[in-house]
Amino acid sequence: MKPAPFEYCRPDTLEEALEVLAEFGDDALVMAGGLSLGALLNMRIVRPEAVIDINSLAELELVEIQEEEVRIGALVRQAEVLGSADCRKTLPLLVEGLRHVGHYQTRSRGTLGGSVAHADPSAETPLCLATLGGEVELTSIRGTRRLLVEDFVLGALTTERVCDEILTALYWPAASPGTRIAFQEISERHGDFAIVAAAAWAVPREGGWRYGFGLGGVEDRPITVRDDLETGCELVEDPIEEIFKKAASDFQPMGDRRASADYRAHLAEFLGKSVLRSVFAEVNE
Amino acid sequence: MSEDLKGWVGQAVTRHEDAALMSGNARFIDDLSPLPGIRQVAMLRSPYPHARIRGINASAALNLPGVIGVVTGAEIAKLIDPLVSAVRAPVAYYPIAVDKVRYAGEPVVLVVAEDRYVAEDAVELIEVDFDPLPAVVDPIAALSDDAPLLHEVAGDNLVHERRFSYGEPDTAFNDAAQVVELAWRYPRQSSTPMETYGAIVNYELSPERYSVWSNFQGPFILQPLMARALGVSGNRLRLISAPHSGGSFGIKQGLYPYLVLLAAASRIIGCPLKWTEDRLEHLAASSSASDRADKISAAFDGDGNLTGLRYDNCVNVGAYVRAPEPASVYRMHSASNGCYRVRNISVRNRLVTTNKTPIGLNRGYGGPQFYFGLERVMDTAARRFGLDPAELRQRNFIATEAFPYAAPAGAIYDSGDYSKALNLLLIISGYDDLKGRREEARAAGRLFGIGFGAGVEPSGSNMAYVTLAQTPEERAKSGGRSGGTAVANVTIDPTGAVTVRLDSNPAGQGHDTVAAQIVADAIGMRPEQIRVVSGIDTEAGNWSLASGNYANRFASIVVAAITESAERIATKLRAVAADMLETAVEDVELVSGRARIVGVPDSGISISRVAAATHWHPSGLPSGMAPGLYETALVNPEVLDAPDGSDRVASAVTFGFLCDLAAVEIDPQTGRLQIHRYASVHDVGRILHPIIVEGQIRGGFAHGFGAAMFEELAYDEDGNFLSGTFADYLCPTSADLPPLDFAHSRTDSPANSLGSKGMGDGSSMLTPAVMANAVADALNCEDIDLPLTLDKVWRLANRGISS
Repeated sequence: MKPAPFEYCRPDTLEEALEVLAEFGDDALVMAGGLSLGALLNMRIVRPEAVIDINSLAELELVEIQEEEVRIGALVRQAEVLGSADCRKTLPLLVEGLRHVGHYQTRSRGTLGGSVAHADPSAETPLCLATLGGEVELTSIRGTRRLLVEDFVLGALTTERVCDEILTALYWPAASPGTRIAFQEISERHGDFAIVAAAAWAVPREGGWRYGFGLGGVEDRPITVRDDLETGCELVEDPIEEIFKKAASDFQPMGDRRASADYRAHLAEFLGKSVLRSVFAEVNE
Repeated sequence: MSEDLKGWVGQAVTRHEDAALMSGNARFIDDLSPLPGIRQVAMLRSPYPHARIRGINASAALNLPGVIGVVTGAEIAKLIDPLVSAVRAPVAYYPIAVDKVRYAGEPVVLVVAEDRYVAEDAVELIEVDFDPLPAVVDPIAALSDDAPLLHEVAGDNLVHERRFSYGEPDTAFNDAAQVVELAWRYPRQSSTPMETYGAIVNYELSPERYSVWSNFQGPFILQPLMARALGVSGNRLRLISAPHSGGSFGIKQGLYPYLVLLAAASRIIGCPLKWTEDRLEHLAASSSASDRADKISAAFDGDGNLTGLRYDNCVNVGAYVRAPEPASVYRMHSASNGCYRVRNISVRNRLVTTNKTPIGLNRGYGGPQFYFGLERVMDTAARRFGLDPAELRQRNFIATEAFPYAAPAGAIYDSGDYSKALNLLLIISGYDDLKGRREEARAAGRLFGIGFGAGVEPSGSNMAYVTLAQTPEERAKSGGRSGGTAVANVTIDPTGAVTVRLDSNPAGQGHDTVAAQIVADAIGMRPEQIRVVSGIDTEAGNWSLASGNYANRFASIVVAAITESAERIATKLRAVAADMLETAVEDVELVSGRARIVGVPDSGISISRVAAATHWHPSGLPSGMAPGLYETALVNPEVLDAPDGSDRVASAVTFGFLCDLAAVEIDPQTGRLQIHRYASVHDVGRILHPIIVEGQIRGGFAHGFGAAMFEELAYDEDGNFLSGTFADYLCPTSADLPPLDFAHSRTDSPANSLGSKGMGDGSSMLTPAVMANAVADALNCEDIDLPLTLDKVWRLANRGISS
């Protein structure tokens, strides 16, 4: 359980990191919290020529809260967001999701950026980002680009990142006043990756609602829908059925040794409708 | 009770072990570097569950800078003999694959290098030409005629079969008013100690000897077996325990084949070797509790009296029979009646080899598998008869006045009051209230269930019980076997310092603390004044075949040896003091560090002065008295006799008792269990240290709960191992454990002067059955297999949903 030999680089600036990465290209892996990468290295499932440790890059440690969006640097730890009163106010869905991520100890190391870059289909952070319609920022010596997380995550552990790019930040739409959120998941043990996770938010707007809904752990990447809901005030079960169908009409749940495809399909519907009911609970009152 | 409060025994004194553990000063095997020039070992392990080895090419590995050498199974087999067991089938077990690999993870080549990184790099450079063979991992499938054969020379995967009969089981079943039968699969599991295996091994040519530092836990009956495999006399194989061990739970018994392997490799390579097992190696190939395909039948008369039991046990031993197997299926054998007075019992035991890791000791050793049958059949019978499961057990318990009780298959239960303990369980669990809640829940269409379990806890093993694997005739031929000797030594040195040496080789349980309490009481000193050495160095001599850390041995047998040696020291101290004080021996008592005249606080002299006199001035001692204060007691409980001609054996010294209750509600949408209550009552005899006992009870429950809910060493049908990491083999964390309510119900053991019984397995044996019983009650179904994963419970709760 020792990694194959690799070159260890710990650049002091982003610029330096990007140069090193451009040099190694496909042969390098970028390490933030190292929670997933450390195990993959030790088990020799990955054997990069170089590991570029970005933990000295102070510029990636920032949380910048604007009126419309929050920029979270790639090195921001899960614990920092969970513990921040500002984040609880502006990113309530993310904070709710993070409560399900790992354990107290691992959250002081694990980063939000690392989780999204790793793109585990059951991970909570990419699910929340996708449900909210957030974006990732990718930086290389060629420049910087932003893309929707749905366009970034292509499948299980597969992303749109090109080998000379570092995921440098996540852009989270900030919650406007009156936003309701709900997050639920089922996992075998506390802190495990979800078997199925469901996230939803809704915010009132003129003549109805703007909402987002997402399911994690069901397919190889988050299933999401964001839309407007026109309302009279006849909101009961129907819109919930409709939203769920819109998101998951023809989904193909994964199955594995511990959770079969039909159990996942059932949970997706049960948890999905449950979070939707939760965010639209008081609409009829 | 008030008697106890006079002494140190029974008090929650601060554990002697904790200062080192909490301050990071404890030294474990991986911290040791007992000699210069140690090289590191990594192993190439089989990726195949079953394959012939056609060739090994290690030249690229040998050319890698930093690599010292490689050792193959063929080289090892030239140097050592196979490791033997009590099973007579011609199954040769070497600690490394020789011509064939028989399980995924089996060692194939051992690499020695400057460090572990290079050693693992070299492992990747070795080319092994495997010729894959079909594999079988299911014990029933392995019995079919066309199943792949593990050991061609044995001619069969069935390597052991014995039938036993006690009383008149056929009559009991013919006359039965009701017969309840269950069949199930028990999953493979592990106790997963925090620290994995580790060893440093050195071979010296002249004089020839092997020295082995390790976290091997015992039993030391395996030491002569290892010496025999290495072809040396016992005094040329020195085993030394690391100062601390990070948990064993039985698993660190399975280290011994590696010690033989490393010893032989050290001889071949010519330098001391160190191997620290990593977690991947540990989960794949250390030692697991056996998976089984068992059946039970229980005969009852019209009043719910259990009149007969039939066990049909099919044990998957994995690729080899590794001693002390087949002990896992014989440990509970002589207590096959559990805590009940049923006397008509038949047993069939079959051992099957498959392409899985060899099995071995794990917490509860055979107990969880045994009780899953017996205690599930009791709850099932109660539900079928419309009887309260607590009441059904009360009707069948061995009566309090029947102790000591000779069980039909030979166990002698020392003491107990099962009825009192169960009544206490009903009180602390609020059973009446729970029944009311169950009724309400069911009326509302919710799935609420209550499960019970009760059982005895055999402690302090008879080394001979495993010979039940042989017929009485075979046993007679191979010579008598019996006993479970404990060794303890107490000395007081010329400075007056007291040292106790134990043969219990603990792995964190706190034996040092309790031994100091016992000796402090015997010689009138304070526990913190007494130093305890509890690791074993076989060269120091204070050990027996039974020595080691297993089978709840400490509080059942080891304490008797400690008491005996301390009493001898006290007797001598009093005699010397009486002589110095010119008074009668009867007038001297040892109190508060002084030998004084009985009842006169300021009289007498300090114990250290009395002790000093025995060293500095032996000719001044009473005539005929030997100098010094050095007493070694070897205590073998009389009850541990050899098995008789009818296959009856007193398998253990003390039989504690425990009973558990679980109340659960199942969410049919998610399969999630909500645990409303888990309660447990234990009879451990006299409690020597309340906090240590509580820790053992809580830990046993945690292991049992993990086994019930999450844990399985899974293989696919082709024999590939699927549980190689802690992301695949799920152990409960503290967040996953429900609160545990527990209480003690005490009946002292007559087996030792302290009245204590062994304890430590505890609910690890019962909780799997109790949780299954609770789920069965909630769902009104009988067939339940572990672990109770969410998907499985959801499916059971929604029977009819196609899988």
